Amino acid sequence: MAGTEQGCELFSAGHRACGGCGPALAARLLLKATGKNVIIAASTGCMEVFSTPYPETAWGVPWIHSLFENVAAVASGIEASLKRQGRSEKVVCVAGDGATFDIGVLCISGAFERGHDITYICYDNEAYMNTGIQRSGATPYGASTTTSPAGKCSAGNLLPKKDMPGILAAHGAPYVATASIAYPNDFIKKVERAINTPGPCYIQVHTPCCTGWGFESGETLAMAKLAIETGLWVNYEMVDGRVEKAKKVRRKPVEEYLAKQKRFRHLFKPARQDDVIAHIQAVADANAERFGIDIKAKESSE
Amino acid sequence: MLEFMEGSHAVAEIVKRCRPQVIAAYPITPQTHIVEDLAQMVANCELDAEYITVESEFSALSACLGASAAGSRVYSATTSQGLALMFEVCFNVAGMRQPIVMTIANRSLGAPLSIWNDQQDSISLRDSGWLQFYAEDNQEAADLHMIAYKVCEDHDILLPAFVCFDGFILSHTYEPVALPTQEEVDGYLPAFTPYQRLDAENPLSFGMYATPEYYMEFRYEIDRALQRARQSFIKAGREFGEQFGRDYSALVEGYRLEDADTALVAMGSICGTAKDAIDEMRDAGRKVGLLKIRTYRPFPAQEIADALKGVSTVAVLDKNISLGNGGAVGTEVKSALYGSGAAVYDYIIALGGRDVRKRDIAAVVDLAEKGKGDMFYGLRTEVL
Repeated sequence: MAGTEQGCELFSAGHRACGGCGPALAARLLLKATGKNVIIAASTGCMEVFSTPYPETAWGVPWIHSLFENVAAVASGIEASLKRQGRSEKVVCVAGDGATFDIGVLCISGAFERGHDITYICYDNEAYMNTGIQRSGATPYGASTTTSPAGKCSAGNLLPKKDMPGILAAHGAPYVATASIAYPNDFIKKVERAINTPGPCYIQVHTPCCTGWGFESGETLAMAKLAIETGLWVNYEMVDGRVEKAKKVRRKPVEEYLAKQKRFRHLFKPARQDDVIAHIQAVADANAERFGIDIKAKESSE
Repeated sequence: MLEFMEGSHAVAEIVKRCRPQVIAAYPITPQTHIVEDLAQMVANCELDAEYITVESEFSALSACLGASAAGSRVYSATTSQGLALMFEVCFNVAGMRQPIVMTIANRSLGAPLSIWNDQQDSISLRDSGWLQFYAEDNQEAADLHMIAYKVCEDHDILLPAFVCFDGFILSHTYEPVALPTQEEVDGYLPAFTPYQRLDAENPLSFGMYATPEYYMEFRYEIDRALQRARQSFIKAGREFGEQFGRDYSALVEGYRLEDADTALVAMGSICGTAKDAIDEMRDAGRKVGLLKIRTYRPFPAQEIADALKGVSTVAVLDKNISLGNGGAVGTEVKSALYGSGAAVYDYIIALGGRDVRKRDIAAVVDLAEKGKGDMFYGLRTEVL
């Protein structure tokens, strides 16, 4: 499907995202994968606001936004309605990490348990960016946000990132995947697979936010790639609950990723916080262990 | 032909004949019998609809919103806490101009927890942009659903509606009801033709965000549509009367008001009790009448003023309270009668299922005629 839509931008330029916006790139890639025969249900959030200020819209496909937390329920209704009318459009939810990990969990759980034929895309920029960088359930350990600020007595967000893909796999979702805008073809392929898999499918795509994370707007893809290369983000697929095809890497130390972002600056200045950096390294190590992503010396020599 | 049936069943039977294509609902007392009946109809292939067993009322109305936007006629039912949980979605549905019809089996709101009837739930959503119709008996409850779909789906209106009937008092009560046949309902209510829908052939964006340059105009348009709904309701009610012999062409309905000195004003099942009480008072030579409000939104202020012209005392029965400022209906009736010279008194009555008998209605009339009002009626002072 992507082939037939090449050269046709369904997510148009001229929207109001920041320069270097990760989610905007994800939206563009998403529509390359879906083509025209899709209905998008969006949650409240950055993407909704920057792409649809009335009377302008960046969406060249049918699109609906209702509320922050109900996108999966709205999509359930759309799917039922299309089914009843015998229509063929695919139904795709697009929601940020706050809408997905936190406020929308009830609706998502209901929709996935009922088995609606929908694909849910969470664009994960790891905090509430639309309201000004507040901590969400997707915010990684050690990140400073405006509601989990680093300070004399705190190293920032001290809670782990919620395992949302695991939660949705536990609902019996036939296809769950993570992706990254640093690997666009991989993301497009995963979207194509999800929309062509009957039942509720989930893709969590890593979309760095230059404004919220504090890096230069030209570095968005580099930052997404570093997350993969350090093991802090893992691209994998879960088919019927079993992990398949995790992307292997020759891992770099997490410091290379952390040191480039303002949200982790307190880990290095004014004094280096070795214990927190070590904890974050342990998160990456645990990811590597769980998903088997390390390229061993033998493999690398092949 | 009259059939003897439970109020909830009568509503379900009519909803079935209105041919909703998607139903999403969640169980809550005293509404549950309606959606149970509809689920059974779907299971028996008597009703060809998608029935979504959502995990909350919040998702019920959210799913209805999506289904409606995608071009289906949809239905839901709820009450009390369920409606409160839908609060955010209610404003959204009206703002997005989706013609959803939802039955409210009116019930009080906690705390304290109460499953019994008053009208606090729907009245608390009076500012949400939904049309609100109140039924006096089960026949009217059933009939108003057909009228509601007709008015809501009118392309000049495009707003959602609550059809309200009192929980337990009507929902669980057996009464004779005349049910039109499927063919008769089809003759009255045509198939749903959405004004706009989510459609890959004609991509549109629904539910965009509006800056201060545009927001007020959207709200103005909703208010104008509500105002237009008066005429749409009158037309739909008249057509209903022509086809079925029961006339609903009036937003308010007077009972023995012609030469009345004192008028009661009420909504819902309490009107039946009031009519019996009025008959007795009339027999005793007292000039008392009733004005029943059928459409609380749009509020029939002019119709109320016209109907109560010449009445010296008005007693409003409010099965709700805007805490800190008296009853909601009373406040609005006072506004409608401003400058008329009538003395208007408000009575907070029957909250949380407190029973109202004919003698209570007579006692309210006595109080009003003595100039005592704007008060709770029937308080048990011994437990205060």
